[in-house]
Amino acid sequence: MSAPERGDIPLPRPTAVSAPHWEGCRKGELRVQRCDDCEGYVFIPQAYCTHCFSEKLQWVRSSGRGVVYSCTTIHRPQRQEFEVPYTVAIVELEEGWHMLSNVIDCPHEEIEVGMPVEVFFREMSPEITLPMFRRVEGAEIVPPSRPETA
Amino acid sequence: MTRNPLHEVAIVGAYNTRQARTLDGETDLSIIHDAVQGVLGMAGLSQGDVDGVNIHTMRGGLSARNGVHILGGHPCWTGNAEMGIAAVMEAAAAIATGQCHTAIIASGQAGMYTDRSATSPWTRPSNEFVECWGLYTAAEFALIAKRHMALYGTRPESLAEVASAIRMNGARNPEAVYFGREVTPQDVLDSRMIADPFHLLDCAMNSEGGGAVLMTRAERAKDLALDPLYVLGGALDRQGMAYVTPPVWDKYGYVGRRAAELTFGQAGLGPADVDVCEFYDPFSFELIRQFEAFGFCGEGEGGDFVMDGTVRVGGRYPLCTNGGIMSFSHCGVVQMLQKVISAAQQLWGLYPEELTVPDANVVMISNGGAGALFNDTMLVGREAA
Ligand SMILES: [Zn+2]
Repeated sequence: MSAPERGDIPLPRPTAVSAPHWEGCRKGELRVQRCDDCEGYVFIPQAYCTHCFSEKLQWVRSSGRGVVYSCTTIHRPQRQEFEVPYTVAIVELEEGWHMLSNVIDCPHEEIEVGMPVEVFFREMSPEITLPMFRRVEGAEIVPPSRPETA
Repeated sequence: MTRNPLHEVAIVGAYNTRQARTLDGETDLSIIHDAVQGVLGMAGLSQGDVDGVNIHTMRGGLSARNGVHILGGHPCWTGNAEMGIAAVMEAAAAIATGQCHTAIIASGQAGMYTDRSATSPWTRPSNEFVECWGLYTAAEFALIAKRHMALYGTRPESLAEVASAIRMNGARNPEAVYFGREVTPQDVLDSRMIADPFHLLDCAMNSEGGGAVLMTRAERAKDLALDPLYVLGGALDRQGMAYVTPPVWDKYGYVGRRAAELTFGQAGLGPADVDVCEFYDPFSFELIRQFEAFGFCGEGEGGDFVMDGTVRVGGRYPLCTNGGIMSFSHCGVVQMLQKVISAAQQLWGLYPEELTVPDANVVMISNGGAGALFNDTMLVGREAA
């Protein structure tokens, strides 16, 4: 269950737009962009708001708490450098935005949709610290609710 | 109501080269050459009859604008759309508006994938918010499937039924890479796990090969070797940065719904008029999702919908009658065009009897899926709308 923590996996190469996010990770903050005009959250990092086209995006700190929106435990790795099994998840953060990450420090079979998780940070190199998620001990599973369509 | 100019366009040839896990000694270009000759031969036309071209390869460096040289270098319209439905719709529009009268669409892939120790190189992401978590194509589609399973209780048995139905078609198709390889639902469930909920046999394979489609104006088509087939409707849904944006079900789960509604609208048809479903089949769940997205059943009902033989040949909505990309062949971008080819070959009665859907008139085709944040649809039929 410690699979993705190895140092030889491919690490992010930050861009001018994404650098503040990765800088936050180095400082132990999960940073996301928020729009001054429409108050929407934008992730992955952008040069303008994808909700309303505003250029007034600010970097803000997320609470880092959320739930597993969806997850998959991988048994055939993307590359041999990833030790299997490992669990990939879409985490829905409290503020309502989504990001991909790994859920670790928890038996894979116990990771399920709706499981409350919180961010923690793992230094991989001098430049890159990765935000990963772990179970919030004692918190109850939140069953997913169906989208309001149809 | 104004007549849809799309209905003045016909498909008059649809050809697959030999397909195999690897085509030793072949290159993208040698395979494309086979495909072009094959499709012209089907229609009884020669290269000089063609004045519209969209020939390109995924990684071979052949752009659509340069691909035209394969026809000998006479002046031609060239398309730039992706292989498959997008390319067919673009060529149909070019023919309908008089930019060309006969168009060929072709691609091929050979000599690419030899390292089988991990995932295929082109399925690996490079984005800074994807790669480091160990995602690849199967994981993206698994994240879609798992959300649906959590929302609606969709069971692995339904996924396995879909994969088995498609693979059994390939087992009966002598042109399929996995000809003769029968797969039961239990075989799917017993195969090793790749990315939960997908077992090995829930996933498409990789292979090499080529294919081509030939189109012309409907009135000209009547003089050619095969009965003309008509593009009854088609549309594209694209939503995102494929394999970068997290595949969030609430936003992307029903990609393809708009495309399907537009496609049915152009044709004046609905799901009940469809006889055969040549849908994109990268992973078993994706077929269940498409039946819901396209309106064949309600949201959350797809898992039950595919059971009881419904999606097998002999059932109401047979899926991927050539064996799809799970069993027939899955070669680069050619596979998107091969959905169109399969629809045409089914309607022309070119398949073995046990794969032939009797009296089939209308085939629905799709490319792309929710894990890729795009889904295109098209209807092909024996009679113009
Ligand atoms: Zn905004």
